Amino acid sequence: MISGVKSTNNAMGRLLHLMSDSQLHNGVPSMISARNLTKEYGDFTAVDHISFEVPRGEAFGLLGPNGAGKSTTMRMIAATLARTDGELAILGKEPNAQGPEIRAHLGVVPQQDNLDSELKVHENLMIYGRYFGLSRKFLKGKIDELLDFAQLQDKRDSKVNELSGGMKRRLTIARALINEPEILMLDEPTTGLDPQARHILWDRLFRLKELGVTLILTTHYMDEAEQLCDRLIVMDKGRIMAEGTPANLIREYSSREVLEVRFGSNKNAEVAEQIQGIGERIDVLPDRILVYAESGEGALEELTRRGLEPLTSLVRRSSLEDVFLRLTGRSLVE
Amino acid sequence: MTASFDWQGAPALVNAEKIKKRGAWYVAEYRILNMSKWLGAIFAFGLGNPILYLASIGIGLGALVDSNTGGVDGVSYLVFLAPALLASAAIQTTMDEAMFPTMAGFVWWKLFWAMNATALTGKQIARGVMIAALIRSSLTVTMYWLVLVLFGAVDLASGLTVIPSALFCGWGFGSVILAISAFIKEDDGFFAVIGRFVIAPMFMFSGTFYPLENLPSLLQYVGWISPLWHATDIGRVLMYGREISTGLFVTHFAYLLVMGVIGSWVAGWQYTRRLSE
Repeated sequence: MISGVKSTNNAMGRLLHLMSDSQLHNGVPSMISARNLTKEYGDFTAVDHISFEVPRGEAFGLLGPNGAGKSTTMRMIAATLARTDGELAILGKEPNAQGPEIRAHLGVVPQQDNLDSELKVHENLMIYGRYFGLSRKFLKGKIDELLDFAQLQDKRDSKVNELSGGMKRRLTIARALINEPEILMLDEPTTGLDPQARHILWDRLFRLKELGVTLILTTHYMDEAEQLCDRLIVMDKGRIMAEGTPANLIREYSSREVLEVRFGSNKNAEVAEQIQGIGERIDVLPDRILVYAESGEGALEELTRRGLEPLTSLVRRSSLEDVFLRLTGRSLVE
Repeated sequence: MTASFDWQGAPALVNAEKIKKRGAWYVAEYRILNMSKWLGAIFAFGLGNPILYLASIGIGLGALVDSNTGGVDGVSYLVFLAPALLASAAIQTTMDEAMFPTMAGFVWWKLFWAMNATALTGKQIARGVMIAALIRSSLTVTMYWLVLVLFGAVDLASGLTVIPSALFCGWGFGSVILAISAFIKEDDGFFAVIGRFVIAPMFMFSGTFYPLENLPSLLQYVGWISPLWHATDIGRVLMYGREISTGLFVTHFAYLLVMGVIGSWVAGWQYTRRLSE
């Protein structure tokens, strides 16, 4: 009894400690709190003094080109990779000292499915539940629930080998939910999936969010980030380039609309000079010119007034992709 | 389909303290489920191996040896050979069940990273693989021993000491293999190397088919290094009462104990290190 009281006191103490540390985000204690989080591999700095907070129930995105440090950050949050420097608290705990305790309450969907291909679908879930010490009786019901959730009920007795890519992905996500995690971490959850499978996944992730599960995800798809993330950071070369809601980022780093015009590959550069002054910013690409403007139609009218006649023109709303490319550049980093 | 959730949340559901205590057993549970997919093969090899060996070498070759020399080490060739076969079965099985799951976990399917994403630690995973290897090898050794009993190579009462000591020997060498396998980055013929340059010579020069003393002294050193020789000699003492000094008997156990302790420690260390790289 005494130890019970003690541990409750400890929990309260920790909570108070947390609050006094002002690890609060709009009045909600942080699920994740990173201050100057850094990971170095020898001379190479994979993650370079990044700071962010994630409150309970938020869907938080990490965006960035390959090698930006997203997966390294994910692994540090998942308490499987030790940081080199900085502070990190996950669920109010210190990952270097309390890795297993933290991981007991996390769900992790890795970039590559690492299911056991020799086991059946339901066995994969059962065994993963056992790793969390959950009883077989509880797991029987839970597995049913998760198979429904992942729309895999009729594949329950199939071997993992027989599943399509989308099915495997859903199974990996179902597996990550077996312990009813407080934080679900998804590293590129929909890479390689067809549009149908992606939309099913988005729907499922949205439902989890409604249950109060905190989602941390990385993605290369800007539409996915816009759909799913309440807030996101854009990373490049281990640093945070921008942070905010998708709408705010678009407002801050791009115009309301974008006019895309083509004059033919060899004329774009020449035309670009005559376009100067139209819109807020101009981006000359090899195949087309992008004019960022409050009104795309207005910019197009101005263009015609200057006697320029593009081969094709397209007016669209600004998207997160424009923000992403502006912040991280257009050149490939291999 | 309406997916509805009864959601208690991990803090209410998962007991991290319990996992700290039993984690290795959860890993073993997985390994045994995986092995159960090969149950037919486990029984076929478990019984087929000793029957073939005993029928061909034990009885066939044994008749030749016995009629020419009147037996080896004061007993019939079959009785002389039996402890060696049992020891090599224990060592081979434990080794396989330490090596292949480690490769599957780190190289082939990366399963260990999925395990380590839960509250399980590298040490628990290493220990769980070894526990399951020993459970599998206790099955194999028991079957082997039963066949030996049926062939009259050993009496029933010996089982009480012979089986545990064979498992102990399997643990000693298996732990070293567990540790070594955990360093393998690519599947580039590691097993062929182990098989050809470790297992085959070990089988030939460990006093398996003839007393180690028959070899020129230089080759006897190979036997002394070989865990199989130590295991075989322990078996001979326990199964037909071969007379050796107490010091040597204790040395056999000590040698395998040191292998087991160092192997387990390095395995736990390397499993942890590799998962957190």
